[in-house]
Parts: sequence; structure tokens; C-alpha cells
Amino acid sequence: MTEAPEKFVGGGVPRKEDPALVTGRANWTDNIKLPGMLHATLLRSPYAHARITSIDTSVAKEQPGVVAVFTGDDLAEEYDKNPQANPAAVTGYDLSLEERSNGGASVTETGDNTGGETVDEKTRTFVAWIVTEDLKVPNHWPIARGEVNFAGDIVAVVVATDRYKAQDALEFIDVEYEPMDVVTDLEEAVASGSPLVHENLGSNEAYTWNLDTGDIEDAFSNAALTVKERYIQQRLIPNAIETRGIVANPDPINGGYTLYSSTQVPHILKAVLSAYCGIPEQRLRIVAPDVGGGFGSKLNAYSEEVIGLVLARKLGVPIKWIEDRSENYLATIHGRGQVQDIEVAADSEGRIQGMRVKLLADMGAYLQVNTPGIPLLGAFMYPGVYTFPAYSFECTGVFTNKTPTDAYRGAGRPEAAFAIERIMDALARETGLDPAEVRRRNFYEPFDEPTTTPAGIQYDSGNYQMTLDRVLELADYEGLRAEQQRRRESGDPVQLGIGFSTYTEICGLAPSQVLAALGAGGAGWEMAKVQMLASGKVEVITGTTPHGQGHVTSWSQIAADALGVDVDDVEVLHGDTAIAPYGRDTYGSRSLPVGGVAVHLAAQKVVDKAKKIAAHMLEAAEGDIEFEGGTFSVVGSPDQNVTMQRVAGAAYLADNLPEGMEPVLSEEYFFDPPNFTFPFGAHICVTEVDTETGFVKIRDYFGVDDCGPVINPTIVDGQLHGGIAQGVAQALYEEAVYDEDGNLTTGSMVDYLIPGAPELPNYTLERTVTPSPSNALGVKGVGEAGTIGAPPAVINSIVDALSPYGITHIDMPASPWKVWQAIQDSQGRDPGTRDADRSGRPSQATDSATSMDPEAGSTNPDAPTGGDRT
Amino acid sequence: MRRIQMTVDGRAHVAEVEPRLLLLHHLRENLGIGGVHAGCNTTSCGACTVHLDGESVKSCTVLAVQADGHEVTTVRGIMDNGLWHPMQQAFHEAHGLQCGYCTPGMIMASISLLKEKPNATEQEIREGLEGNLCRCTGYENIVKAVQLVQQHSNGQAQPAS
Ligand code: FES
Ligand code: FES
Repeated sequence: MTEAPEKFVGGGVPRKEDPALVTGRANWTDNIKLPGMLHATLLRSPYAHARITSIDTSVAKEQPGVVAVFTGDDLAEEYDKNPQANPAAVTGYDLSLEERSNGGASVTETGDNTGGETVDEKTRTFVAWIVTEDLKVPNHWPIARGEVNFAGDIVAVVVATDRYKAQDALEFIDVEYEPMDVVTDLEEAVASGSPLVHENLGSNEAYTWNLDTGDIEDAFSNAALTVKERYIQQRLIPNAIETRGIVANPDPINGGYTLYSSTQVPHILKAVLSAYCGIPEQRLRIVAPDVGGGFGSKLNAYSEEVIGLVLARKLGVPIKWIEDRSENYLATIHGRGQVQDIEVAADSEGRIQGMRVKLLADMGAYLQVNTPGIPLLGAFMYPGVYTFPAYSFECTGVFTNKTPTDAYRGAGRPEAAFAIERIMDALARETGLDPAEVRRRNFYEPFDEPTTTPAGIQYDSGNYQMTLDRVLELADYEGLRAEQQRRRESGDPVQLGIGFSTYTEICGLAPSQVLAALGAGGAGWEMAKVQMLASGKVEVITGTTPHGQGHVTSWSQIAADALGVDVDDVEVLHGDTAIAPYGRDTYGSRSLPVGGVAVHLAAQKVVDKAKKIAAHMLEAAEGDIEFEGGTFSVVGSPDQNVTMQRVAGAAYLADNLPEGMEPVLSEEYFFDPPNFTFPFGAHICVTEVDTETGFVKIRDYFGVDDCGPVINPTIVDGQLHGGIAQGVAQALYEEAVYDEDGNLTTGSMVDYLIPGAPELPNYTLERTVTPSPSNALGVKGVGEAGTIGAPPAVINSIVDALSPYGITHIDMPASPWKVWQAIQDSQGRDPGTRDADRSGRPSQATDSATSMDPEAGSTNPDAPTGGDRT
Repeated sequence: MRRIQMTVDGRAHVAEVEPRLLLLHHLRENLGIGGVHAGCNTTSCGACTVHLDGESVKSCTVLAVQADGHEVTTVRGIMDNGLWHPMQQAFHEAHGLQCGYCTPGMIMASISLLKEKPNATEQEIREGLEGNLCRCTGYENIVKAVQLVQQHSNGQAQPAS
């Protein structure tokens, strides 16, 4: 009975989530069917920018199965039926959109977005991150009125008895458009005379945000050398394999609504939708059922969710909308989309003295919940793992006639890590130092308490030397360099590349005060409730919302260890605002360092209370009770003991409690972290670059990562695998391409190259452990590490392989065509032209590249070093 | 409307369907099999993979009427008296899934792969699963899951269903 149970934290406990998933019994949004449910489909604009001159829905309304068809004007009055009853608007709590967006200079005159009919003084928007006082906020109607601003903007909604019929009826809606000038390019958008995405805003510049520390002018004027580079962060499409989807269900009893949504953020969604639709918060319940991946794309509140709720209110029946994959490409947020100018000043030894960063960041056509804030998550991270005296950052958010951007795995930090890690290689080139050495010279000394960075924040703890040393050993760095030399000398057409990335990231979002200072709408704490039931079993309620991360397993491990119970005796409940009314959801690698820590702290509260009850039961003083392995015993007389389960039972029965004590063991903890966490790591990517075809093969990928103590190593490795895969995907394969008319030409899984199993390598991973002082478990988070670490490692590797050609940069995605073209350019050959670079899949691309220039094979890899830069 | 009959996971079903109805939607909407997932509806992602007469097919590429008179097996039909199929067990053991949305299709494709090539090399496994996209795992643990089944069965093929 008193046998100590095993410890679960740190063990690869098999996932509790799996049984439902491997047997096909998960509860996805699309599996939900409710009586009387109708299906909605959406007509989307084929134009990137156009005036809607007329819409005729009369024929569509006659189609079989069609219940209703609505345009933007038809629903204009439906959004804020009941604004006075909305507590969010009244208290200014959280995402009080009305107050905030109208508080700045962003009040929209009705202008051209309202079709000229309704005079409406309110700016409708989803944005919650007001990055500057003068942020320009465009009016964002769920269904466009008067004007469409990107290809995919919603123009009408059909409601029918089944999805096929609703889809059929879309064909019968007659819309006349008057095309307007389109702008897709960031630099063009900020040049004078550019077409304006929103004419009433007067400019395509949404905001400019600055951060300056130290004497930057001094750093540059006294520098022995400076290096300046421009990098392009291509747009990416998140592509969760489950698309978005909703079921909106009216509740006739309380007059409220339940929204089932494939979302990462039920709590944020509740706040935004409550404000947007004027549904009192206490009458809106959001349920995130099983969710098939998010990667940031479901960290949002979308037009379709508003439309679903508003239709459920208007028609009084459940409404279902399931996103098509083609809609997912057009209408779910995209990620990245930045032009980065970065410059470093260094002394003659390669020690950085200052850094300037200037960004143009693509907002797309509208501001989604976090759109303007994403580049700010990167702003603090450009200095990376290097310390120096002066830093200057400026970012301008730019409207374009494209799908809105927002958080995609890493959100701002992969962009930052890419820029700093690429320019460290440029610095190595300029100084003639080994890339490992130039990094080492600029590292912080190992530290275990908060240390101020050039960006003015405090890194929690770090030991960058340790991860670098270990990855050099793991990869056999010297052996690799020797092999590289051999291949260069023998003129091997396949050259070897060795690429580094010594990254750090900002996780554990976030201290609420810091979020507020940055203008982010909403707090950063997380809630956990640990309740022991009468039987001694445990329920953990968490405000985090897993969608693949395995929180049910990891939180069970944390609670089981704290309470001394078996991991199977713990159940974790999440993803329903009726079960977990408080929560700040899952994104930004925050769940463990904020939410997991809250579970630990709530469990500690349970133990503290249980100890008092145990003392009472054992007739001993509380100070004489010790708790070990799930059992309370009297110090010095271990036979006098009582298990946690029995205490839980006694607390429930409540017939023998200490005087004045509340019954039941159920404790809540709201953890607001004092600081962020900063995981870090060192990656080496080894590529084989075929100089005849431009084909890049990742031969090995080594990573030594430090995310502090690990709760479940199997899950952590899985997060790294998937993260690195998405990083490799950005480096080699993926890009959202628009033509000049603003059509997304990579709008399907055929045109947009999500890597499959043959395209990706195996990963050789190890860990070091540097605990964070930011929380009681010392944990740091790991969800985005791979996506942040990988892209520069891959590109640095390719550039390293091709350095004998004088090639110093290849833009992402480094498709065979681009690599081959760079080789041709370096040789002074004309590689010819091709309309679009879509040659990602190796097999196809290999063929096309070789057939293009029969002479390509004669390239001499020993050819020009240095000088011949393009 | 056409009347069709098919055996799904060992049970016979008769239905009246529109000729254009995809097998995927017939399984999901008419027969209530939520374990067959839609990821793209255009033959790209593999989330909808089932076995048609023992061969793996993407059920968004097959019309329900084309499956008339045939036998369909989904991830719910590969269990033996409530016991998991070795491939289900292996995905669990090797942590071959995270969100699990690609998983039923991935499991069905993997079973078929080993039926055709019991001794598939790592490269052949990767190529054999090319039609099934996973956005979460980076594939390494999926490949390991398939290899686990190979090891357990000493190179023998697993029964398809
Ligand atoms: S749904 Fe069939 S392949 Fe994607
Ligand atoms: S486990 Fe999420 S898509 Fe494969």
C-alpha cells in the first residue's frame, strides 16, 4: 500500500491520446452532426482587388436544397445585435476591439468598403495586437461589402441542406466586379504612387515600429568591417492536414450559442467573437474538439466563425462549415512574407559591435488577430545568441492584395534566426574565420540567471558553447571538413556542404505586463485546476488546447508525480470553455512553460491542503508530516501513514476535517510567468549538392537542443522532428507564389510542395539541460525549435558547398532550379529564363534542369573562389 | 440516384446515392465512419486512404458507385476482435503520430506497402508513403513504425485486414 509509485516526468510515457487516433475514433469537427443542421458554403472573390458592382442571388436561392443565400449587405446589420450586453466591450477586458481600434487614429469613415449605403462608424476588425497607437486598421467585414481586397475574400454565403447542394448553388450567384489596381510586392506597395489596398487609409503602411539600444552610429563608424545582406522570407502556407471547420449551435434554453471550431485558441476565440458578434460572453461556449494540427493557422478568429454564429442566430438552426483545401490555401492565414535588410558592424577579430535590421513585413489585405505583432516577436531575437553593445530595429507593416498573414510555427522568430545565422556566415566569410569560431567569439558566457540582451530583454539562462561543442563532436566536424576538401580537390560533381545554426528563441508567452506593454490584447497567464475525486482519481483541467502536442500525456505525468499517483489515474480535460472557463490557449511554445507549470503548482496546492488533512487524520502536527511517493507519514514513525487517495476520500466525505476547512481537494492555479523562456540549440545540416543538376540532398541533420528539463523525451523528439521538417520545407520546398494580378498560383497541394517522406532526412538529436529560472519546473518549451533552427542551417550548408564558386547566397526555397541557376551565373553562363520557379520535387526538377543545358555537366567545382560574387 | 451495395469493415450496406458522390463522403456521411478523414478531396494528401478489395486507394478518388459490389476496409475494420492491428500498435509505440489526422490513412497505406513489399528498405518505405502527407511528425517515426512491424513479423507481410 505504501509502495512508492514510479516517477513519470522524464520518461517516455506512451501517449494517452493515441488509442482514439489510431483506431479512427477521434472527434473531429467534421464528425459532428446535429439535428436540423444546415451546411454553409462560401463564394470567394476571384479578383485580388475589385469593386463589387452588383450581386444577384435570386437564381441561387431557387436551387434544390438551398435554404438561404446572403451577401455582405444582407448581413450587415446582423453582427452587433446586442453590443451593450457584451461585457468585453463594457469592461475593456482583453480584446475589447471596439474601444481599442477606435481609440487610435484608425476610425474608418464609411468610405468605399460599405457599398456606399449604410453609414457605419465602427471599424470591424479581428485584430487584437495594436502594435502602435497609430496602427491603421482596415474595416474587415466577414462578407465583403462594396470591395474585395484579396483573391479569396468572401462575397456571399449559401446555406443548404447538404454540402454538395450548397456547393452547387454557388455557381448560380451572379457577381459583377470592376477590377481595381493590384499591389502584391512589398517594396512597390510602399513606393509613392502605388495602388492602395485600402484607399481610405491613405497608405499601404500599417505601422512602423522601432527598437534602439546603445550607440548604433558609433558602432558602425568605428567598425573594422561591416557586412550587409538582404534576405527574403517567402510566404508560407501552414497546411494543417485537417482544414478549418465549424459547427455553430444555438442554445434555445439560455439564448446563447455553442461554437465547435477546429481552433488552437478557444478562449481567445470566445473573447473576439463575443465582441464581434455582440454575444454576451457568458452565453458563448467554444469547444475545440480533436484538432488536426494548427501550426499557428488556427490561432485566430476568422470571418467564417462569425458568419457561422450569425447565421445560427438568424436561422435558429445549427450551421456547419468545413473548409475545402483550396479555401485553406486562399483564406487561412499565411506565414512569413518579409524583406529583411540586416547589417552588422564588427571589429577585426569578428566581434560584433552593432546590428541594424530593417524589415518590410507583409500584412496581406487585412489584419487578423495577431498580424501586426508577428514581426515584433522577431524584433527581440535578431541578436540571437550573440552579445554586443548596439542594436537598431525597424519594421514597417505593409498591406498588399494577398491573403492576410499571421502566426505560422515560429512566428517572427524563424525570420530573425535566419537573418542572424545567415549573416554570421557572411561575417565568417569576411573575416576568414571558421563559422563555428565566429559564433563562439560572440556567444555569451554561460549564464544561469536573467541576462540583458542587446534588444533590452533578459534571456533566462543559456550555455551556447555546450550545445555547439556537442554538435561538432556528434557530426564529426573535422571528418566532414576533410571529406569536403577531398571532394573539392577531386572535382566531384557532388559537393559537400556543412551548415550551422546556433539559435535561440523566445517562448513561454508570456508575462502579462510585457504583453500589455507591446500592445498585445490579452493576458499571458495560464490556468490549471487539479481536482481529486472521491475515488482518489484525478482530473486536471487545463487552459491549454493541444492539437498534436500530447498535453494529455505530459500534464498527466506532471500531476502524477506531484500527487504521487499513477499516470493512468489522471485524466486531462481541455478545449471546452464550459469545462475550462479560463485559459490562454496553445501557441508560441507556451503550453509547458506556462500551462504545464500551472498544473504542477495547482497540484502542489492540493498536496499542501492534503497535508493538513493528513495531519488531522494521523493526529500529528502538520510540521511533522512528510509527503513522499503518494503517502503522508509522520516523521520518524513511517508506520503512521495515509495515502493521498485516502486523504482525497476523507476530504470528499468531509466528516472529519480540521476545524473550518472547506471540503474536497480541488485547487486552481493561475500562473503568470515572471519572464519568457529562451530555449536554444546548435544544429549542423550536412548537404550533398549536385552541381550538375542543382539537386540538394540532406545527408545528415544533427541537432543538440536545450529546452531545459524534459517531461516526455519521446514527445520532445517528435516536436523537434516535425519542427525541423517544416524548417527544411521552408529552406528547400515551399513558397506561396502570387502572379502580378494577385492570383495565388500555388493554390493546391499539387502546386505547393509540402515535403513527403522521401524528401526529408532522419534526424540525429541530442539534448543538453539548462534549467530556466522563469518557472518552478525549469522548463522552456520546444514546439517551434526545429522550425527556427533549421532554415539557416540548410541554406548555410548549401552556400558552404558552393562557396568555391563564389556563391554567397541562395534564396529560399533553394529549389534545384535556383541552385543550378546560381551555379550558371557564377560561371558567367546565361541560364536562360523560366516563367515560374516551381521545380521543388527532386525527381521532376532533376530532369528539367539537366535537359535545359547540356553543358551544365562540365562545371568545374574548383573554379573561382571569392571575387566573382553575384 | 443509384442503388449500391458494399461491404464495409465486414458489414453489408445498401444505399441510394448520387452517381457523383465520392466514396469518401459515402463512408463519412452515409455510413457515419468518422475515421476516414478528408484532407484535400483531390488525391493529394492520402488522409482518406482505405482498402478496396485489399488494395489501398484514396477514397476521394473513387466514386461510391465504383465501389458497388466491392469490399471496403477502413482503419476501424483492421482490428481483430478489439485487438489492434500490429500497424496500429507500431504507430503508437514509435510515436508515429501527433495530431493523428493523417494517421488512419497512413496506417492503411503502410499496411498495403508491407503487403506488397514485406522487406521494403527505408528508402522504399519512404517512397511507398509518398502519397500520404503528414504535417506533424517529419516522417521519421512513421518510417520507424513500419520498420517495427517488419521486425515483429520477421519479414512476413501483415494481413491486409
Ligand atoms: S482527401 Fe483524399 S487524398 Fe486528400
Ligand atoms: S500526425 Fe498530424 S498530420 Fe500526421
